[in-house]
Amino acid sequence: MRQGRKRLRTMIATAALGALLTAPSYGAAEEEVIKVGILHSLSGTMAISETSLKDVALMAIEEINESGGLLGKKIKPIVVDPASNWPLFAEKARELIEKHKVAVVFGCWTSVSRKSVLPVFEELNALLFYPVQYEGEECSYNVFYTGAAPNQQAIPAVEYLMSEEGGGAKRFVLLGTDYVYPRTTNKILRAFLHQKGVSDDDIMEIYTPFGHSDYQTIVANIKRFAAAKPTAVISTINGDSNVPFYKELANQGVRAEDIPVIAFSVGEEELRGIDTAPLVGHLAAWNYFMSIDTPENREFVKKWKAYVKKHNLPGGDKRVTNDPMEATYIGIKMWAQAVLQAGTTDVDAVRQAMGYQTFKAPSGYEIRMDPKNHHLHKPVFIGEIREDGQFDIVWQTDGPIRAEPWSPYLPDSAKKVADWTYPWVCGNCTEPRYK
Amino acid sequence: MGVRQLHRTEIQINRLRRPRLSWRGAPETDPVQRTMSLNRIASMGLLALIISLACLGNSTASAAGLKEALQGLGAKSRRTILRSIKVLGALGDPAALPALEALRDRKLRVDEQGRVLILDGGGAFARDIVTGERVAVGSGRLRSPVINNRVRRVLLPVIARLQLSSSSPEVRLAAARELAKRPRPDAAGAIRAALEAERDDEVRQALQLALAQIEIDSQDPRRRLSAVRTLGASADANVRERLRRMLQTNEAGEFTMEPNPEVRAAAADAIRTIERRLALVSLSRNLFYGVSLGSVLLLAALGLAITFGLMGVINMAHGEMLMLGAYATFVTQNLFRTYLPGWFDWYLVAAVPMAFGVSAVMGMVLERCILRHLYGRPLETLLATWGISLLLIQTVRLVFGAQNVEVASPTWMSGGTEVMQGLVLTHNRVAIVLFVFFAVALVWVLLRRTPLGLRVRAVTQNRSMAACMGVSVSRVDMWTFGLGSGIAGLGGVALSQIGNVGPELGQAYIVDSFMVVVLGGVGKIAGTVWGALCLGVVNKFLEPYTGAVLGKILVLAFIILFIQKRPQGMFALKGRTAEG
Repeated sequence: MRQGRKRLRTMIATAALGALLTAPSYGAAEEEVIKVGILHSLSGTMAISETSLKDVALMAIEEINESGGLLGKKIKPIVVDPASNWPLFAEKARELIEKHKVAVVFGCWTSVSRKSVLPVFEELNALLFYPVQYEGEECSYNVFYTGAAPNQQAIPAVEYLMSEEGGGAKRFVLLGTDYVYPRTTNKILRAFLHQKGVSDDDIMEIYTPFGHSDYQTIVANIKRFAAAKPTAVISTINGDSNVPFYKELANQGVRAEDIPVIAFSVGEEELRGIDTAPLVGHLAAWNYFMSIDTPENREFVKKWKAYVKKHNLPGGDKRVTNDPMEATYIGIKMWAQAVLQAGTTDVDAVRQAMGYQTFKAPSGYEIRMDPKNHHLHKPVFIGEIREDGQFDIVWQTDGPIRAEPWSPYLPDSAKKVADWTYPWVCGNCTEPRYK
Repeated sequence: MGVRQLHRTEIQINRLRRPRLSWRGAPETDPVQRTMSLNRIASMGLLALIISLACLGNSTASAAGLKEALQGLGAKSRRTILRSIKVLGALGDPAALPALEALRDRKLRVDEQGRVLILDGGGAFARDIVTGERVAVGSGRLRSPVINNRVRRVLLPVIARLQLSSSSPEVRLAAARELAKRPRPDAAGAIRAALEAERDDEVRQALQLALAQIEIDSQDPRRRLSAVRTLGASADANVRERLRRMLQTNEAGEFTMEPNPEVRAAAADAIRTIERRLALVSLSRNLFYGVSLGSVLLLAALGLAITFGLMGVINMAHGEMLMLGAYATFVTQNLFRTYLPGWFDWYLVAAVPMAFGVSAVMGMVLERCILRHLYGRPLETLLATWGISLLLIQTVRLVFGAQNVEVASPTWMSGGTEVMQGLVLTHNRVAIVLFVFFAVALVWVLLRRTPLGLRVRAVTQNRSMAACMGVSVSRVDMWTFGLGSGIAGLGGVALSQIGNVGPELGQAYIVDSFMVVVLGGVGKIAGTVWGALCLGVVNKFLEPYTGAVLGKILVLAFIILFIQKRPQGMFALKGRTAEG
């Protein structure tokens, strides 16, 4: 055993020596790297969605390195695989921060994985950039949220459905998979709908187990429910169950112009694996669509296609960009800007510098990190699904909207304030800490 | 009233400027106007004369209007598109139909010179929307006008109204149903005219329903009465709601919507008939859904009924056999798409033996290499098969990627047939129910009518005795396991048509499969069949009351209680072999 280790050591030494001899300049720079952690599931159920985020993060890092690195150093990504296993997320996060001493971590997708790593980041005072739309009701000092809060996705979507343009819906079906994100979002939506004068009789809330594939009864019930008034379905169905749901809708003859379905977790990446014919005309609400026609987005898509080709990623030219990928990209670019401004990768200094950072995002807007609540100001787009798996943008907000992590529509959370500046300095308070 | 009606007709005709729309059609289908007094008829005649003169003078003007409106379909602003559709609807010229259909199907393009084109021949060339001349689709950037659901809600009834004069009865029927879905008073004239010319009974009925939905708002109580009576023949929940609204009362108990007691009585009557029909529909729907869910469960579990039920191998890799079958379907589909695009609709026929083969071979390899060393050690078998399942999942993930892959349903499996109003039998579900018959029959024939089946039964009933009789036990084991895995592959073909195809496909079905086999009784294929159907039907009758999540929990609880009471399942093995 010991001998084996000795041999290993000599082997490493030889290898290092070889590397030094062949590329002396590289060996010298070896000391001078900034390590960055990437914490996305590359296996298990969530691999479907998270693999692309890892790829786009590596692309952004490569881009920064090619333009000379950061503070004269190269960025070195440390990729770990938490395998869609929530406790493993926490372990891997600890490993990244303590063992690899990374300056920042980009990662997580599901809310439960974020909740699982949160105590680690707070304990070790590290930084996490979280790129996915979520249910809100949280605001940590150690997290920058580059995805949407409910008022940057769900609320505008419902307002659109109630408008004349969106069909003037009077009844709503809140349909979701049975876990924390749909339950919380639907609680907020119900409170919001009450405020808009929609009574409980006109709201139907349905939940299905994970991986549910038999939507016959549910679709029949929706049809019956929709008989009385114009109805819209707000779907927070988790990725995989969407296909059987939309197939059933189409087969039972429910069309988008009769009962539009707006989804909060169906994007370009999810549509890639499905026959989109039955989905055409249904809606999705996001802060970014691949089909947005701006010079910034054309550039972003071009870079992504080139990156996929260069590294020969699986999927090839069928790979697409989507909202969480844009959010990851913005997060990394903004973090690099903040590091440049702070002149260091020190967590406290970078956090300080992050507020007020702006970035010309692929969505075409100059978007800004809010120094108070650590969320981005984001524009909201509503898209209609096209035959080719892309979206036609049918509606958008006038400009970026400020995030409200604590929903004003829930009585408990309405009182709370997320503000990391003086005198509040708190993500979850009802009054300032330093009065 | 008569005068009022007359005014309406006049306005309509003026607005429509449509010579084909015979105003004479209206009074004939209309009992009220038949009793019109002479002077009214005279005034109508005069009016008709004026209108026909106006139409003659207007024909050139309307041609210009048509051209302008067609051009407007390619506008950037949705408001202009909307206005153009309304104008085309009012013109009522069937010449606009191809353009409107192209807009609906997203086949409209605008080129750089601002010409509006209709893509044709699979996008190979285009036609100018106004002149109809052929234009090559070449280098220039084409913009496609974006429409949303709001535009579509106006567009579809306009298309439907123009389609009423189609030569195909199916198109006319669909158009009539579309018009009934969104009743608009300005369509009444067109529907009456179509009713006049219609000979097909089914289409007539649909048209009458559509017309009744409009006339229910008429000022004339007699028209309302006949409309309500017509609507009694419907089984549409929308219609029921509409009729209920007629019976609304205020706090004082006065009827606010419908003043006429006779009409109210008829409406109440119609509601009762509709409700009776709806109850029947709902019962048959639940039954169909139950059978269909049951057949999906059965397909998923049938393979396990052999590997676990007959052979006693706790096969945690069963789900992955389903998954391999689904991926085999995917590969077959791609082969057809590349090499036999003309036969694409029939790729499933080739996918069936393909999936069976792939899963069966994989099953036999597993049995030969791993499982045969573990017979009689259930715990190790469980762990080993679970490990195999993880291995297979990751292999597939490496080969095909973590993403779900797209398996398109052939056209004959998409959509549904309305067997009675309100009950849609979706084709993919019907196909799966039929397919399950085929799979069960296949298993039955193989086990009961072939020498292999005889040996399989002998070995599973009494292993050592069969060996003494000269049956090669280990070879039979291999064939049996292959058969079970192959049947699971068939299940994969069916599952690929209703859900996702991804590396984790099997994981979703493994628990359900064990549940079905254990409930039905280990070792009996018939038990599995009945177990699956019972679970499906019970589940579907529970779901409307309890919701999907609680329904599933209740079913699980029921199975636990049932197994407590009757550990051998619904069908027990009988005789001496049972103890063995």
